[in-house]
Amino acid sequence: MSEPAIELQDLEVVYRVRGVDRRVLRGVTLTIDKGESYGLVGESGCGKTTAAFAIMRSLPRNGRVVSGSIRADGEDLLAMGEADVRRLRARTISMVYQNPAAALNPAIRVGSQVAEVFRLLGAEKDESVERTRAMLEKVQISDPERVMRRYPHQLSGGMQQRVVIAMALASDPTLLILDEPTTGLDATVEAEVLDIVAALRLEFGTSILFIGHNLGVIRRMCEQVGVLYAGRLVEEGATKEVLANPRHPYTVGLLRCIPRGGLSKDRDRLDTIPGYLPQLGADLPACVFVGRCTLARDVCHTDEPPLHALGGGHSSRCHFHEEAAALARATPPRAERAADAPTGNGPVVRLDHVNKTFLQEGQQVAALVDINLAVERGETLGLVGESGSGKTTLARVLLGLTSPDQDSTIELSGQPLEAKIVNRDPKQVQALQIVFQNPDSALNRRFSVRRIIGRALKKLLGMEGETREKRLREIAESVRFDAALLSARPVQLSGGLKQRVAIGRAFAGEPQVVVCDEPTSALDASVQAAILNLLADLQADEGVTYIFISHDLGVVRFLSDRIAVLYLGRIMELGGAEVVFNPPHHPYTEALLSAVPTLEGEERPRIKLAGETPSAADPPSGCVFNTRCPRKIGAICETEEPPLAEVEPGHFMRCHIPIEELRQLQATVPPQRATPTPG
Amino acid sequence: MTTIEDPAAPIAIPIRPDEASVARRERLRLLLRSPTFIIGCVLLGVWVVCAIFGTLIAPQNPQADDILNKLVAPSGDHLFGSDRLGRDVLSRVMVGAREILIMAPIATILGTVLGTAIGLVTGYYRGLVDEAIMRLVDAVLAIPLIITALLAIVALGPSRITIILVIGFVFAPIIAKTVRAAVLSERELDYVQAARLRNERSPYIMFAEILPNVMGPIIVEFTVRLGYAIFTIATLSFLGFGADPSIPDWGKDIAEHYQFISADVWWPVLFPSIAIATLIIGINLIADAIAQTFER
Repeated sequence: MSEPAIELQDLEVVYRVRGVDRRVLRGVTLTIDKGESYGLVGESGCGKTTAAFAIMRSLPRNGRVVSGSIRADGEDLLAMGEADVRRLRARTISMVYQNPAAALNPAIRVGSQVAEVFRLLGAEKDESVERTRAMLEKVQISDPERVMRRYPHQLSGGMQQRVVIAMALASDPTLLILDEPTTGLDATVEAEVLDIVAALRLEFGTSILFIGHNLGVIRRMCEQVGVLYAGRLVEEGATKEVLANPRHPYTVGLLRCIPRGGLSKDRDRLDTIPGYLPQLGADLPACVFVGRCTLARDVCHTDEPPLHALGGGHSSRCHFHEEAAALARATPPRAERAADAPTGNGPVVRLDHVNKTFLQEGQQVAALVDINLAVERGETLGLVGESGSGKTTLARVLLGLTSPDQDSTIELSGQPLEAKIVNRDPKQVQALQIVFQNPDSALNRRFSVRRIIGRALKKLLGMEGETREKRLREIAESVRFDAALLSARPVQLSGGLKQRVAIGRAFAGEPQVVVCDEPTSALDASVQAAILNLLADLQADEGVTYIFISHDLGVVRFLSDRIAVLYLGRIMELGGAEVVFNPPHHPYTEALLSAVPTLEGEERPRIKLAGETPSAADPPSGCVFNTRCPRKIGAICETEEPPLAEVEPGHFMRCHIPIEELRQLQATVPPQRATPTPG
Repeated sequence: MTTIEDPAAPIAIPIRPDEASVARRERLRLLLRSPTFIIGCVLLGVWVVCAIFGTLIAPQNPQADDILNKLVAPSGDHLFGSDRLGRDVLSRVMVGAREILIMAPIATILGTVLGTAIGLVTGYYRGLVDEAIMRLVDAVLAIPLIITALLAIVALGPSRITIILVIGFVFAPIIAKTVRAAVLSERELDYVQAARLRNERSPYIMFAEILPNVMGPIIVEFTVRLGYAIFTIATLSFLGFGADPSIPDWGKDIAEHYQFISADVWWPVLFPSIAIATLIIGINLIADAIAQTFER
């Protein structure tokens, strides 16, 4: 058992693109011991997934290992023949991908798919079914018989990922590779899946290679972490040590980009990493990070930094690692803006008894239930909640893309808004805009940036010719988009630039309210920081109101003045950002917050939510949260729906428990519900 | 809007220089390297040259009767032999390309334009409009193309216009289905919502925003349909419903001579048949190659 589970030695991988070999991994050396959990972090394009594919011997056809070695359990993996590789994948190394829906065969029942793994390992039919049931129980599927009869699409994302993990662990592998296994999942579901992986890892003694971009998750899951940049491991060490005391400027920068508790757009700016990741396979003779490093000196351009051992297994590939912590900020730390956004003249948006019921297969599905909200001018209202909570429906109703039920009232600056956008006054249409989550979908890929923004100027402001071109350049400047690129098409731009174009388009018509629907969730941490700073700057300058939707609580907290927490289409809690983020919370908010792993890794007791989110087609009686609430007080929760009451000035909550009692309860140990309630 | 001082804001850009045009060139390069495409182009090219210069390069007058040399087997005088009136089969095959290569593309373009419009409207609006038009489309598709065409020609009389219109109208629903499918996924993208949020009219959204993004499937569909159009036109003239009986025509020539096959006179049938086959195969090879490059 002395052999490490996996050992990469100077691994070099190239992809052949248009006849040229492009280096993707540049001499990666890492070792994962038996039973160890190793986190591999870095922004997209750094080569994380390529490393995983190399280990699985499943590089894409144009990729190949040019030098170095991979040893699994002492065996030379690169020397293996096809049959051995199959045996390796079946028994020694398993991989869990980001998208569980794509990893499962949609046409085969879950039970048969998992059982097949056991059959491949030589089990008889009955035995394989029996072992499948046992394995599904291990991943905490409470009713394995029922799940086994289902097809993958009939399961939620969290359930699907559990099934995939069950399949991956079925062969009791030496190494389990997890490639962003929780990226598409809600925070509470993510927390559950991570708990399962952590528990099973101890039970099976499996080594883990955890690929991720969320440092909080890595902090929670891995003892060791490696930071990958442009295909090179720039820093490595014990996770706690690396995150608390980073010694490579890239790690320092990455950590500073993340909006953490206590930072707010009114006072602070997030730091960013200047510049961009070098292109795939670019020639990087010296330090790979030199182009973006504020510490860089002459030697960094000429000499490749050696791996400096810093003791305790911590190592950094930086000439000036001892100065890394003092890395100069790329952006000024303080935001020079007035703390108070310009307000007055009453709320800019008011929603009064807004309901939205969808008709799905003859069933009434209440997506929004009695939403009452007033949003002040220049304010940011954060909308938080798990998927299916109605956040996006609320935004679409406001924008006029989805019609609310009769008797719902929406007002813009005191004027009623028609349900359908075609019936709205042009001024009202102009006043409400949106920045979508995915700029690839939001920008017409056949149009140039000039046409995308120019068209908005023409339609919304009636601008033509010279005036329009001038205004276009002003907008480009304000979203910090190089005017020389106005003729480019979206495919030519990086993700961050595309999102700047989308923001520019949203601001082109001088809107009063901009809905931001997860505008940074498709972006890397450093790009996210730049976009969040930009949104805050634009708001300070233009006095625009944001409705900010995000599942990333840190991001919401940074940008929001007030936050509304939604659950099954109802507002459960509403209040100032800091009020919502500090106790006393609504029990649901409390659970959401506790599910988010922090960078500091403070030992917060986790509140586990029982069961899955109930269907909006058949919401629970009484308080809709009662089926999962860890603080349920009794029958009243099941029979009577609590009103959204003002528990403190400006702080609204939908809970039967008095605020003072919540305050006391949440000051002490949180409750744990032992028995999961069937969803 | 004032500008914000942000020294670190990434303005210098990692633009992938003309990635879009590189991708387009790449696609073209792949196409030009594909053997399927090259063979297809050679086959089509031969017939296009015949269609344009047929009368000039044909060795003899395709209409000149020579009753003394009827049904002469292929020889030095008549490379492809002569037909029942002693006309040179080679010349007739060469000149015969013109009619079919004019009518088929016009009919296909008509069908593609109509079909694209129907597909865009039904895919974009969905709902009742979509249901109504699509049921009508299903009804048209239920009847074999050749029967619809025969009925129409019998009713309206054979003429170039009739044949073009009939083929165009029958192709339109087929193409509409393909376009509609592409539009259905395209309309879910956020740029369509963004257009609605700036008060764009539906025709603009359909034709200016969505259409450029569904050109790929439309081009593929056009090429595939072109092959079918040639086949249909040849079939119609074989059945005696050709537009103009006075000019050389592959289908008609086959029809007029197939009874001679039993007498071992195979050349007036074989050579026009090969002409039809090579033209259709050529176009289908091109269609395959184009579809493959779009799929990549």
